[in-house]
Amino acid sequence: MQRLFTYVAVLKDKIALNHHHLCLEVGMSATPLIPVLAATNVDVYYGSFHAVRGVNMKIPANRVTAFIGPSGCGKSTLLRSFNRMNDLIQGARVTGVVEYHGKNLYDPDVDATEVRRRIGIVFQKPNPFPKSIYENIAYGPRLSGFKGDMDELVEQTLRQAVLWDEVKDKLHQSGQSLSGGQQQRLCIARTLAVQPEVILMDEPCSALDPISTLRIEELIKELKQKYTIIIVTHNMQQAARVSDMTAFFNAELDDKGIRYGRLVEFDRTERIFNSPKEKETYEYVTGRFG
Amino acid sequence: MTATPLTGAASRFNPRLDRRHRIGKVFEIICFLGTIAALILLVLLMIRVFSEGLARLDRNAFFAYPSQLNPQEAGFRASLLGSLWILILTVMMALPIGVGAAVYLEEYAPKNRFTEILELNITNLAGVPSVVYGMLGLGLFVRLMRLGPVVLAGAMTTALVILPVIIVAAREAIRAVPQSFRQASYGLGATRWQTISNHVLPYAVPGILTGTIIAMSRAIGDAAALLVVGGLVFVQADPGLFSRFTVLPLQIFFSIGQPQLAFRQLAAAGIIILLIVLLVLNATAIYLRSRFERQDRS
Repeated sequence: MQRLFTYVAVLKDKIALNHHHLCLEVGMSATPLIPVLAATNVDVYYGSFHAVRGVNMKIPANRVTAFIGPSGCGKSTLLRSFNRMNDLIQGARVTGVVEYHGKNLYDPDVDATEVRRRIGIVFQKPNPFPKSIYENIAYGPRLSGFKGDMDELVEQTLRQAVLWDEVKDKLHQSGQSLSGGQQQRLCIARTLAVQPEVILMDEPCSALDPISTLRIEELIKELKQKYTIIIVTHNMQQAARVSDMTAFFNAELDDKGIRYGRLVEFDRTERIFNSPKEKETYEYVTGRFG
Repeated sequence: MTATPLTGAASRFNPRLDRRHRIGKVFEIICFLGTIAALILLVLLMIRVFSEGLARLDRNAFFAYPSQLNPQEAGFRASLLGSLWILILTVMMALPIGVGAAVYLEEYAPKNRFTEILELNITNLAGVPSVVYGMLGLGLFVRLMRLGPVVLAGAMTTALVILPVIIVAAREAIRAVPQSFRQASYGLGATRWQTISNHVLPYAVPGILTGTIIAMSRAIGDAAALLVVGGLVFVQADPGLFSRFTVLPLQIFFSIGQPQLAFRQLAAAGIIILLIVLLVLNATAIYLRSRFERQDRS
């Protein structure tokens, strides 16, 4: 993993050179965007099922990128290939290149464990461990041999997740005793505690009520100052509210009649929603289908 | 209890509520009778055993060696100690191996044809009569490994008997651990072992203990396997790891076979002792289980 760090340093210059190219690609000229993750010809298979085909995209740093599209379009599948969570599913296979600061995450010398620490993930259903709030946060740092002041880290991450004031007097109560929205913020805090650079969010609000959803959305806008966020969502208003960039995926049938997911269009969010290039995108964001 | 139909009910339905409730009632009664039948048998057994054995359940019954000449003052010391030795050694061997196998099958092994066949076989092994394991123990531990018909060989054989039970129970418990905990743990950069040791095993402990209780009950009541391995029915010395041995069921079996009334009473007292040991073991396991469950929630 040491190698990954040195790579990051070496590649800073390379990245600078890439700016111009990327800016053109996503149709932006004012703010140069540094890609953190870049997918090149990514295909994901579950056994013989070819679930996602030919994805090419670059995820800019310190921005919120939303993945939208109908069910079965492969957006969650692709998301999970960005931190190698798919490795845990038997028969899942990723081909193509997923680069993190220019280093292919699927190279044999890359340790998936370290990848997942640097590229964290928040799931659809809040899933705090059946441990205390404190232990939920402390677990991740301890795994990776954190040597600093744990109390301080716990407080700092809970503050970052705007949860501190609600839980500071009950840090030793079970994380599962919190409300759904609080649990999800605890899960976000838990992810922040291992100091990732990218946070993947797989429909983080779909199990929450509207008020909790709003609070998470505010939190996401807050967090993009320091983190790069990719969020999968079924809720187009949510994508419009929180994201800077939006990728629209669609499910299609191949010649054998098998459904697969494909990236249709990737652009600035206001473009996707106001003046998309593709007819499919237009039909989806205007509610014609999906 | 015919309910009056509500007014305005749609005529396209034919609810036949009476009939549906009657069927439900019949089924409830069948279930109740099943419970009662089991209970009556248990009570009859208890009455018989206690009326015969309670008088003999004195200090001697626990602490005296058996005697062929003087059954009135004889006891189960040797077989009680033998049973405890065998049981503790058995659990010490079968629990780690069984849980290890379960963890491997659930968390490491790929799901393919081979592991499917393996799973089916383990489940089948749980139902194999213990006398078959006795033959294996006799051939493998007593003869081939030259341990002789001693406590250690007996415990190893009993461990074989209960191993499949523990594996099956532990696998069920591990499979019941929510997938979301594993995903959350891996998502934070945990290795496989960190995930297993921090989440999977702690969460599965209550279930594993439940399986262990069942397995221990089977082990302590088992006589056939130990008889084949070379358990005696009459021993007048305390057992050790490499001594010959007897266990409670074997001595009870011996006592019942004697013609005198005093032996029959002794056998009844032995059954009560067996039940007490079983009760203590189960209570301990249940206590441990509830402690772990509480720890989980806090």
